[in-house]
Amino acid sequence: MPGPGQMPHIDMLRSPLGRARGLGSARAGSKHWWAQRLTSIALVPLTLWFIWSILHLTAASHADVSDWLASPVRLALLLALIAATFHHLQLGLQVVIEDYVPQEGVKLAAILAVKGLCILLALICAVSALALGLNS
Amino acid sequence: MVARNSDGKLVRRPLSPHVQVYRWPLSMALSITHRITGVGLGIGTLLMTAWLLTAATSENGFERFQYFLGSAFGMFLLFGWTVALVFHMMTGLRHLWMDTGHGYEEKQYRNSGIAVLAGTALLTVLIWVFGLIIW
Repeated sequence: MPGPGQMPHIDMLRSPLGRARGLGSARAGSKHWWAQRLTSIALVPLTLWFIWSILHLTAASHADVSDWLASPVRLALLLALIAATFHHLQLGLQVVIEDYVPQEGVKLAAILAVKGLCILLALICAVSALALGLNS
Repeated sequence: MVARNSDGKLVRRPLSPHVQVYRWPLSMALSITHRITGVGLGIGTLLMTAWLLTAATSENGFERFQYFLGSAFGMFLLFGWTVALVFHMMTGLRHLWMDTGHGYEEKQYRNSGIAVLAGTALLTVLIWVFGLIIW
């Protein structure tokens, strides 16, 4: 600690930039925030459309679902819903993990696992929808 | 709580009173429930994935999955999914409204919270009544 009259100094071999890196906003936070809002706005009409649609498919057979997805507009809407849903989901889960997991290693592993799983589920949904819609 | 100061040295910082010492106002309950339903809906995407995947892969598997969704447990899952989805959408819309700088007056804040609960109940019931009618 600096005594009286001395200039404050730092007993560390790290630059201020080195200490700040990875701890601050790094100007990436607003992009995350904005993407979360944009996907949420998109999800309002998409989700209402999806609920409306599956209400009509409650007792649907395999052929009914194929017929339903034969329309390119419906298929496109479903793909948009899948993209927006899983993008929104991984952004949200990332914040939850960042808030509640204090250990850096566990936090990083959990975020990577969640993001990977979201991408995988999104791909499974999208490929399934495409297979159904384009084959019918 | 142990943290680092701006010089990178370890310091002991006092903790402010936390969740367990507060009386739970509506806004606090809505906020954490928004988060919980968000995580729940994440798990719920497995239902959508299974529905699309079985539909794309096998007729038999799809019929069995549809049968499962029509069972008591399946309906329970779907009902929970509906409530969580509608609630999350309502609180989400409230968040979007507040992101534009509106609704922070104590009274507005409380009223919009009550509106979220009423809207959730109403829309959930509407969806299920309509769904059961056309089923």
